[in-house]
Amino acid sequence: MNYISDDTIAAVATAPGVSGIGIVRISGKNSLKVIDKIFRNINGETTDIINATSHTIHYGFIYDNDEVIDEVLVSVMLSPRSYTTENTIEINCHGGPFVIRRVLKTVLKNGARPAEPGEFTKRAFLNGRIDLTKAESVMDLISSGNEFARKNALKTLRGSVYKKIHDYRDRIIHETAFIESALDDPEHYSLDGYPEILRQKIIELKNEIENLLSNSSDGKVLSEGINTCLVGKPNVGKSSLLNLLAGEDKAIVTDIPGTTRDAVEVKIQFGGLTLNMMDTAGIRDTDDTVEKIGVEKSRNAIEISDLVLFVIDSSTALDEDDIEIFGSIRNKKSIIILNKSDLEPVITIDNIKKFSDAPIVVVSAMNEEGMNRLLHLVREMFLSGEISSNDQVYITNERQLSDLRNVDQSLSLVINSIDNGMSEDFFTVDLMDAYDKLGTVIGEETGDDLADRIFSEFCMGK
Amino acid sequence: MVKNIDYDVAIVGAGHAGCEAALACARMGLKTIVFTVSVNSIALMPCNPNVGGSSKGHLVREIDALGGEMGKNIDRTFIQSKMLNSSKGPAVHSLRAQADKDEYSRSMREVLENQENLTIKQAEVTDLLVEDGKAVGVRIYTNIEYYTKAVVLCTGVYLKARCLCGEAITYTGPNGLQAANKLSESLKNAGVIIQRFKTGTPARIDVRSIDFSKMEPQYGDNPIVPFSFSTDPDSIQKEQVKCYLTYTNEKTHDIIKSNLDRSPMYSGVIEGKGPRYCPSIEDKVVKFADKTRHQVFLEPEGLRTNEWYVDGMSSSMPEDVQIQMYRSVPGLENAHIVRNAYAIEYDCFKGKQLKPSLEFKKVSGLFSGGQSNGSSGYEEAAAQGLIAGINAARYVQNKEPLVIDRSEGYIGVLIDDLVTKDSFEPYRMMTSRAEYRLLLRQDNADIRLRRKGYEVGLISDEQLEALIYKEEEIKSEIKRLQGIRVGASKKTSDILNSLGSTPLGTAATLEELIRRPELNYDLIAPLDQERPIVSRAAIEQINIEIKYRGYLEREQRQVAQFKKIEDRRIPTDIDFSEIKGIRLEAQQKLNDFKPVNLGQASRIQGVSPADIQVLTVYLSMRDRENSL
Repeated sequence: MNYISDDTIAAVATAPGVSGIGIVRISGKNSLKVIDKIFRNINGETTDIINATSHTIHYGFIYDNDEVIDEVLVSVMLSPRSYTTENTIEINCHGGPFVIRRVLKTVLKNGARPAEPGEFTKRAFLNGRIDLTKAESVMDLISSGNEFARKNALKTLRGSVYKKIHDYRDRIIHETAFIESALDDPEHYSLDGYPEILRQKIIELKNEIENLLSNSSDGKVLSEGINTCLVGKPNVGKSSLLNLLAGEDKAIVTDIPGTTRDAVEVKIQFGGLTLNMMDTAGIRDTDDTVEKIGVEKSRNAIEISDLVLFVIDSSTALDEDDIEIFGSIRNKKSIIILNKSDLEPVITIDNIKKFSDAPIVVVSAMNEEGMNRLLHLVREMFLSGEISSNDQVYITNERQLSDLRNVDQSLSLVINSIDNGMSEDFFTVDLMDAYDKLGTVIGEETGDDLADRIFSEFCMGK
Repeated sequence: MVKNIDYDVAIVGAGHAGCEAALACARMGLKTIVFTVSVNSIALMPCNPNVGGSSKGHLVREIDALGGEMGKNIDRTFIQSKMLNSSKGPAVHSLRAQADKDEYSRSMREVLENQENLTIKQAEVTDLLVEDGKAVGVRIYTNIEYYTKAVVLCTGVYLKARCLCGEAITYTGPNGLQAANKLSESLKNAGVIIQRFKTGTPARIDVRSIDFSKMEPQYGDNPIVPFSFSTDPDSIQKEQVKCYLTYTNEKTHDIIKSNLDRSPMYSGVIEGKGPRYCPSIEDKVVKFADKTRHQVFLEPEGLRTNEWYVDGMSSSMPEDVQIQMYRSVPGLENAHIVRNAYAIEYDCFKGKQLKPSLEFKKVSGLFSGGQSNGSSGYEEAAAQGLIAGINAARYVQNKEPLVIDRSEGYIGVLIDDLVTKDSFEPYRMMTSRAEYRLLLRQDNADIRLRRKGYEVGLISDEQLEALIYKEEEIKSEIKRLQGIRVGASKKTSDILNSLGSTPLGTAATLEELIRRPELNYDLIAPLDQERPIVSRAAIEQINIEIKYRGYLEREQRQVAQFKKIEDRRIPTDIDFSEIKGIRLEAQQKLNDFKPVNLGQASRIQGVSPADIQVLTVYLSMRDRENSL
């Protein structure tokens, strides 16, 4: 972790939203080098922003290698005449939330690291740009931003991904502890033939991580859609809601027979997103039919979904079935839909907050009210994970992905060391790097893990 | 009451820490007195008969680089020597020597006895004298008071020690030596927080009752590498003793399991926390139940004794169980136990009370080094003793303390861990505890630390000049190797082929050739006609610097980052609970540990990176306010 650093940081500097325009800000001594690697003019030629005058604007395109990402305006603010007083680049993007994230990702790939919450302001303060009287608010900004980011990061990781990363860490530290035990007590543990075994294990691990990376990217959300599961007791209005979701954007409702994902039955285009509605068989019957879907069956659908929409009839009191559903969605990304706002409410938002901290949206499927807010919530959950207001802008998912990419790189270095015939003590350098970075992904510190592991798993010493 | 005011510094204890502390103070020109319960036990090795080993060998080299005595003393008294991990990377090469215990002790005593400015006094220290929050001296059992300017505690395992051998409990220090039963109370009154730790040692067996034909002999290295940078390698080549390897078996384990209720460890008689890394044989059998055998090394205690040390079988079982247990091991069927194995419990100090200089935060002028700080091992003790001694002397001289940081030495890692982490077991050094292991090698301890030793006055002009000469040799030779290109001629190809290396496609520098895994500086000599004479020590550095440059540079960059926050000092008057953005848990921890710099703060458990960010801003705010 860098606390006093002059390295180059980047983040999306505008509030997320439906608006297609946003700014990616880069600050630090390498800002100009970074932009020169990814920016080309209208003729596709590289330019020398590194020689540009301060406070100038440049028109052109952001490239990820040879792929054009977005048409942009790039503002150049040279040290000390910028917010942070460091060399600063602002990329004005036009292509909507996805594209902004792609631009940021490209920036991060080319020499910047994701900014910590409040880091631009922190730098501005440390560099004397911000008044002493504002010090307290700077500290507040950092601590609240981090608290939010931490919660947010953990939220997106609950469940299976968290478990996976935990498992990766476990495997890495087990191998490291073995190597270290053998180095510490060479007369006791032998490393003969071990590098080949480790190589195999690391390759397996790398494959899993690369898989996770490709599945985690925005691309999946865009191209494959969000596996969504609509749950709730009978007669709360699930089918009306489904019809409304399908109808509102005049989307295509298609049955997909024979698909490998048996649970997915309907694809719905919803405000630019694809929702793969799962296990909707029971729901598509009309309201009059007694639905056969029990809590038990819903649970299976919940297990494999990316998003759970839990529909509650606000005109009827919560009962045990509802509470059971609350329990089964606790570790899932979910949205609580309080339907039938057109009727006299019996349930309040406060009632629900006792059982769940998932976001709540009040709708009336009958009057077609509240759908925009639902759309907004879904987009926020899957497209950004950003929090608003200037400097606090912080992309949780992007940070985590960036950390994961670093883990992958560290593991590649382990393979390099093995292939170059280095001795085992060199492997653990990169293994521990990978371990630390996986820790930041799931918000766990490293501390004395390695020593603890060595003592608990390997019989040491005299 | 008799008052004695002849001394500047009092050292309490003359074990491995006390010896280094006493010698350091005396050599730095202070009038020093060292107290020991028995002059015969100066530099006693009450447990294993080795010095060095993985990571501990690094510590000994560092002690030597700084001007300590341990390395020189083991070079004088070893009877077998081995470089561990010599087939691994240079960072984990570790020297370990078997000591002739009596000779080690006698030789160190001789050095102390003849050290100018140093007085040895056999006496139990019973009280610490404190005035106005300052240590001003000690009182001994005869009620005589010694008024000094600083006090260094090197009490090892002697404070309220008790030894356990099954049901038999004796209130003594190791080897039946007198325990120090009074000092703990006096320290508590001065505000020192005490905890209770435990450690143990195996039996010693009469060599005439051992059947070595059932064991595998273990030999020393040839040639022998000295510990001390000042020892001439040629002067220490000699005939070495053999050690032997045997194993426990299921019978041994059954004996232990069926008698667990008689082990004070398992019956709850022992309250102190024991180390996990150096478990008793009972612990090994219980914790690693799936293992059918454990290694046992038989090591001589010296050349002029019949006692052999049973490495791997420390125990606190009753004597009758011990006899059965040891006799179940192949080669030990008729073993006669000269000294029983036992566990020892003792008072020691919580490390968080200490500054990185090893001075107590609450009592100025009071320093502590060694096992009493919660560590274990002779080498860990000596390293701390040296630093505590140096800093006691610096305190008296009114100079800034010497603090080695984590990027400079294992000593830094050791002390930082002790004072920054709440440890609940005796702490042992391991190479994996060092973040910058590739830089902190045993082979370059002189390059890392000699200058610091020189600055405090423990390294002579001559020694420093030798270092400067070596550094010059390394630098100019690497430069020369970078400048010489060899072409892809037939002659070159033949030489490379004969070395098992691939011929060159295009010309390459000698440096590039050395970088090849299969080659090194010596091997490429036939391609390097005009080679100057370079010392062995410099050649070792040249090989390492060239071969591992990528890795080394990477760690150097990490060190540069580390230094930035390590250099950011935290004023001592900060009340962390007043900094709003820091979480409550972190505020409490910070107030508890009172870190001296931002780096140390970041290593306290329970303090998050965000807390450190906030602290950074707070510190900068204070600076700006103060400069207004």
